[in-house]
Amino acid sequence: METADIFQSLILKLHPLERAVLPQLIAHDELSKIAKAAKLDETETMRALQWLENKGALHLQKQKKQLIFLGKNGTIYKKSGMPEKLFLGALSDEFKGVNVIIKKSKLSREEATAALGILRKKNALDLKKEQELLVKITLVGKTMLSEQFPEEKFLQQNFPVELEKIENKILLDLLLKRKELLKVEEKTETHVALTDLGRQLAEVDLGAEVTNRLTPKMLKEGSWKKQQFRAYDVEVNVPAIYGGRKHIEQQAIEYIKRIWLDLGFKEMTGNYVQSAFWDLDALFVPQDHPAREMQDTFYLNKKAQLPEMWKTIKKVHETGEETESKGWGGEFKKEETEQVLLRTHTTVLSARTLANLKKEDLPAKFFAVGKVFRNEALDWKHLFEFYQIEGIVVDPQANLQNLKGYLTQFYKKMGYSKVRMRPAHFPYTEPSLEVDVFHPGKQQWIELGGAGIFRPEVVIPLLGFDCPVLAWGQGLARIIGEYWNMQDIRDLYKNDVKQLREWKVFLR
Amino acid sequence: MPTITLNKNEFEKLVGKELPLEELKDRISMLGTDLEKIENNEIHVEIFPNRPDMLSEQGFARAFSSFIGVKTGLRQYEVKKSGLKVIVDSSVTMRPYTACAIVKNLQFTDERIKEIMQAQEKLATTHGRNRKKSAYGIYPLKSINFPVKYTAKDPAKVMFQPLGFTYKIKASEVEELHPAGRKYKPLTEGWKEYPFFIDSKENVMCMLPYTNSHDTGKVSADTTEVFIECTGTDLINVQTALHMFVTLFADMGGEIYSLEVQYPDKTITTPDLTPRRKKIDLSYVNKRLGLQLTEKEVQQLLERMGFGYGAGEALIPAYRADILHQVDFVEDIAIAYGYENFKEEIPNVATIGEEAALETFLTKIRDIFVGLSFLEVKNYHLMTVEDLNIKMNLQMDTVVPLRNALGEHNHLRNSLVPSLLKNLSENQHHEYPQSLFEIGRVFTSHKDAETGVEEKEKLALVLAHEKSDFTEAKQTVDVLFKALGMKVNVKEIDHRSCIPGRVGEIVVGEEVLGFLGEVHPQVLNNWNVEVPVVIAEIEVEKVFALLRT
Repeated sequence: METADIFQSLILKLHPLERAVLPQLIAHDELSKIAKAAKLDETETMRALQWLENKGALHLQKQKKQLIFLGKNGTIYKKSGMPEKLFLGALSDEFKGVNVIIKKSKLSREEATAALGILRKKNALDLKKEQELLVKITLVGKTMLSEQFPEEKFLQQNFPVELEKIENKILLDLLLKRKELLKVEEKTETHVALTDLGRQLAEVDLGAEVTNRLTPKMLKEGSWKKQQFRAYDVEVNVPAIYGGRKHIEQQAIEYIKRIWLDLGFKEMTGNYVQSAFWDLDALFVPQDHPAREMQDTFYLNKKAQLPEMWKTIKKVHETGEETESKGWGGEFKKEETEQVLLRTHTTVLSARTLANLKKEDLPAKFFAVGKVFRNEALDWKHLFEFYQIEGIVVDPQANLQNLKGYLTQFYKKMGYSKVRMRPAHFPYTEPSLEVDVFHPGKQQWIELGGAGIFRPEVVIPLLGFDCPVLAWGQGLARIIGEYWNMQDIRDLYKNDVKQLREWKVFLR
Repeated sequence: MPTITLNKNEFEKLVGKELPLEELKDRISMLGTDLEKIENNEIHVEIFPNRPDMLSEQGFARAFSSFIGVKTGLRQYEVKKSGLKVIVDSSVTMRPYTACAIVKNLQFTDERIKEIMQAQEKLATTHGRNRKKSAYGIYPLKSINFPVKYTAKDPAKVMFQPLGFTYKIKASEVEELHPAGRKYKPLTEGWKEYPFFIDSKENVMCMLPYTNSHDTGKVSADTTEVFIECTGTDLINVQTALHMFVTLFADMGGEIYSLEVQYPDKTITTPDLTPRRKKIDLSYVNKRLGLQLTEKEVQQLLERMGFGYGAGEALIPAYRADILHQVDFVEDIAIAYGYENFKEEIPNVATIGEEAALETFLTKIRDIFVGLSFLEVKNYHLMTVEDLNIKMNLQMDTVVPLRNALGEHNHLRNSLVPSLLKNLSENQHHEYPQSLFEIGRVFTSHKDAETGVEEKEKLALVLAHEKSDFTEAKQTVDVLFKALGMKVNVKEIDHRSCIPGRVGEIVVGEEVLGFLGEVHPQVLNNWNVEVPVVIAEIEVEKVFALLRT
């Protein structure tokens, strides 16, 4: 493009705000003055100036300045005169009582006292102490009264005034000491330095305003054909808008659910409030297991109804009954199994599912992504409620290799290519294993959950016969914390609107 | 879970082999113990609760040595007869079982004594379930006169000097004056008499489940012979504990001697280290693991876990507490085989995936609200009762409290609205409009429910900006029901959280599906919210049920 064309196309791109500002730049170089001349507010003017700066038409310079403003009293004195002048004006050649003078001058006692002090220093009055203080004006005072006070002259300026531009610094210091007369504020001023291009733009006739918006009317009437449309600066930043979003945890849950659905698993759902029977006893967790103690589990002041099956479970705990197990020994207590609690794991759903399953339903696979609760105080790495990813495979042919297979598949889809199993212990699985995945970023193994094959003491009473049941309960919070790089896990349920609006979506 | 600390040099001596550090770390975690760290010649390991026999340096080294193939198979321990006797009185009904042993030819150092005391304490915590199921005592043999009596007595009538005390006190004062007495007092609730070990010269040896006595003294560096008693509520549990102790001492070089424990109805000899035999079905093992192990291989793997094997039966060491069923062998065989050596395999089994119908429905509702530019929030299910009632200007008596919550969140929420108002109050510094929704579980007391609590899935929404009003809430609710193809009506109701005359319930026929309204300024004040807010709460489970009929 020719230089002239570039110049022309630049003119076409000018925003109405820029058009309003440009002609003012010849006479003015400071933001507030430009704004005033262009009849815009300062924010609009500033936006226009920044755009022009982007176009290379000018440079913006910020300058810090000390500005002097009138204080509360300053404004009053400017209008009605300095208190010392009013005081002086109330005096006469004869000694009069101070109180009379104060009344006459309409000053407050505080102001009058100050005025008196000032005038005395200047020999503008005489004092005499009798029963009360008496004052009269002097010759000096009379002369002063006939002239304009320097303070008054000072106040007549157009405020704010730049500190630097004030010549009589002594007077300024005196005035600054007086109560709420003047105040100094530091202000940043924006100044414009035009470039050659800017000067040309400011001087050139920008011509008629080019069309900003295409309107339905133009389309209807065909007038758009005669219009020239302003070219936009497409690189410029625009104000943010926000759309609706699902919660990030929900996004991850939906993805995880799809993985299990694709792998042929049916979803299990159920109550958060459960009996100890279903949450613990049906899973062969011994009644004296440390995890059942108060500090780990939220209990409610309720008593659960038990299914008939509880008697079988009792015997399994005590003697093993028909499971060929020894059982835990000791006495199984009904009041313990009737306790009501917030479910401590989603495995309670697996227990209930097994209890409803028939032989002809096999093989069957189930999953759940559900909330579980632990009685913990909130801190940056602990929540008292969190999601667990549960799964069971009820298949007479299932084995430990399959368990590793399912979990490896799952974690591959979650973005972790390597899965490791380590021996672990849970009362309801045998073998029990801990599942680690390799974190490619951190180059280390991270622990994500437990798994195993349900013990016969769990399966036989619930299902009615023995069958390998692969089972796992994996954590979700850690995966989410990793994905969104959360330093404080409480952010997950903080519901900060800014975070909710700006968090990236789950891109798996 | 308990953690033990091992001296690396001592440990290697006991194991009989020194492994390179990385291999040592790897092997420890693949044995079924959680390695915490190795530093300053100390190994810190977490022991899972099913293997209390590994809670001592000797026990852990024994298992590890077999696992890495140094000393495999069942360990043989010789038990000699001491000819001494312990008499169990029928009065000890509160803690009826004891098993005792003597170990001679020991060499103690202060270090070792400390280790043993640690193992003793950790065993009492785990295997003994904090002394509830069993507790243990170890005494220098020389000051005990046999036969020893295990008997219950009225503590007000027994005087003795607890270990660490400089004077005698009444046994009934132990619960007040002795730290263990204070700590374990809850275990003895309702006891009128307490079990004591008393020797033939009427010296009190200990008061259970609290403390030993000064009379019999404590084990010191010059002790070479000890008497061990384990007492509790379950005979197998106390015997297994005793077996853990005597094998631990034997691994230190001690010689085990048995005693006759004379119960009112029978006499048993303890310890009895004869291994328990249990049938092991080769095909069962292979099926569970997905392997084709031969009998020989199974034998070798069992031996690597310290078991013996012969004629289709595994020989279980007397100190193992965790073998309830043959499935427990399966795990040990898997550990010996190496969890890392199992292949990943997805079987060729056709099953059909199926999402829960309500969940599918809720996803659709979420999509509708996202389409309306709402942000989804997720709040805790637990709140304070102040948030649920007082701030909402309500007095609901169906709010369910928790019995033992540690934090201030100690009630189950009965509505989603309070959480949403809380969200608004915490987001005042962010741009408006703020349109939030939540789909979640709420809880109310209900005496007919299985647990006494009824749970429902609800949907709630809030619209907050300078000009939010009832119309906007109603428009939003209309969008939802139109999208669901349902026709609903709104009827004016009273609701203490809303401005009178600006709140209605959403109904279909007789069925109330929820409500919507402008939040009462008092409620907004309570929540410290400074813009007008409209709310709606809808029972989505009910809506779903209606749609299915």
